[in-house]
Amino acid sequence: MLKKLKLRRSHALIFGLIIIIGVVIWLWPPVKTEPQWPKTFGYGKTATQQEIAKLDIDVRPDGKGLPAGSGNVPNGAIIYANKCAACHAADGKEIKGVKLPGPPLVIGDGKTKTIGNYWPYATTLFDYVRRAMPYNAPGSLTNDEVYSLCAWLLNQNKITTASQVMNAHTLPQVKMPAQKLFIVDNRKGGPEVK
Amino acid sequence: MEQRDRSIKTTEKKISRRTLLGGALATAILPVTSAFAKYVQIGVLTVPDPTKQPGPLPGKVGTRSPFEVPVKKPSDISSRSPLQDLYSTITPSDLHFERHHAGVPAIDPNQYELLIHGMVDRPMKFSLHDLKRFPSVTRTCFIECAGNFRTGKEDMTVQEILGLTSQSEWTGVMLSTLFRELRVDPKATWFLAEGGDAAVLTRSIPMHKAWDDAMIAYAQNGEAIRPEQGYPARLLLPGWEGNTNVKWLRRIEISDAPYFTREETSKYTYPVKDKIRMFSFEMDARSIITYPSFPQKVERGWIEIRGLAWSGRGKVIKVEVSTDAGKNWNEARLQGPVLEKAHTYFRYLWQWNGAETEIMSRVTDETGYTQPTLKQLIDARGKDIGGYHMNPVTAWRVKRDGSVLFKPEKH
Repeated sequence: MLKKLKLRRSHALIFGLIIIIGVVIWLWPPVKTEPQWPKTFGYGKTATQQEIAKLDIDVRPDGKGLPAGSGNVPNGAIIYANKCAACHAADGKEIKGVKLPGPPLVIGDGKTKTIGNYWPYATTLFDYVRRAMPYNAPGSLTNDEVYSLCAWLLNQNKITTASQVMNAHTLPQVKMPAQKLFIVDNRKGGPEVK
Repeated sequence: MEQRDRSIKTTEKKISRRTLLGGALATAILPVTSAFAKYVQIGVLTVPDPTKQPGPLPGKVGTRSPFEVPVKKPSDISSRSPLQDLYSTITPSDLHFERHHAGVPAIDPNQYELLIHGMVDRPMKFSLHDLKRFPSVTRTCFIECAGNFRTGKEDMTVQEILGLTSQSEWTGVMLSTLFRELRVDPKATWFLAEGGDAAVLTRSIPMHKAWDDAMIAYAQNGEAIRPEQGYPARLLLPGWEGNTNVKWLRRIEISDAPYFTREETSKYTYPVKDKIRMFSFEMDARSIITYPSFPQKVERGWIEIRGLAWSGRGKVIKVEVSTDAGKNWNEARLQGPVLEKAHTYFRYLWQWNGAETEIMSRVTDETGYTQPTLKQLIDARGKDIGGYHMNPVTAWRVKRDGSVLFKPEKH
């Protein structure tokens, strides 16, 4: 009988302790998930303007990032023939039944997505050609060469005239036919299939 | 035996014990466990009774059993994971899908630098060593290519249909930790991520992802990240389309507008009715049965249907399996722990009576979105649907002879 009582007493004690611990945890201020970090860790180095300029090659639709220099359609035609035609066909159009190493760049008969019918901004042409083309020698074109290729490609796609010169001022002003088609994805999750 | 002893003595100095133990191995031509078993036969060294001869000693690097040959399926531009050969959600690092735009660059980790500049108080560059000194984070999530959709033939494997998704446990530094160090201008709304590959690939990313869960990952499944996955460091944006997870990350520029790069305008955009939708970042919920699937064969009786489900918008909350071509749906068991923006393994036990049928799965994520059929997607987006952000329910036909065939749907 006594033994039983003792047991009950110890049970009550443990039970009481659990409740007390529970209440303390419940009332305790929430634990911060991040430790007290220093204001700065001090790792890394400050980048100089020269170091930034060496890598900062991007170009925005408003023309921010476009370098000095210029190019025209006749020069673009020569550069295209020498450095691009091998992969994109002589006139930049899709050759029916032939899988090109690079996609066609100029509107043909089919529904192929080209600069003329699918690219929303002309500045993207400069940015992409300068950073990634030609495929076998990326980054090898001068700024003038890239401007000339933009001039030729935009003219071939019937967006600009044959006399249009391309530079940091004119390129961002080219209105691309497909620009009006682009919409930003506004889905936010939820059941709707959209 | 005497002769063998003598030969050991004479060659003792030239050959290792390891080679010696392998001396009595015989070559056997065996079919191997792989989706492509019917096309592949390999020579495997075997012994008549492995309990009667010690095997090779411990080595420096482990190897996969020669009887198991899961392989990626490469094309000119990508290499697809053999999901039908895997048993759970982690993709072995060497089988993680690849997609790159000008090959895999060879980057010396001692020369590597990450430059962060633009709308910041202090532009900075970090060496790999610097990145590793910061407080680190490890998380498991999938990466899926936005163009992960193929159809057309009955004899397509899971790998061929949607092998451009894989999962790893990634370790690195949170981007927010680095941004805190640079003191980012609160007016900044986008950042540009640029790779150090020959395509110098770039994507514009909204800043909220940087504050949410973006990481710079330098390790994958416990070891240094693989070169094909961005060695020595890549951007990791859990749940977002693969292309935005810029590999070989060399530069981040913080800005107040997107850059409309080639990748986010002429690629990774898709027609929706009479418009072109861009900046679709999150990967929609999707699932697929990986067993049984082509070219596996099943037998009458109990079959555990298994597969993968995931959502770029959060956790998988439910996977349903139909064994009667979509007439009835039954809830599958999910393997825990179910992580957000992660491949989740599901299982459903089914007794097959030998009759021809179709099996399929559909997932529901925590936002309430249920994986649509191809018809639902076409109804919502139009016929000219393209191949990006396609996540339709995939059906497998189980034939009377136990063969399992993909059900290609027209669109």
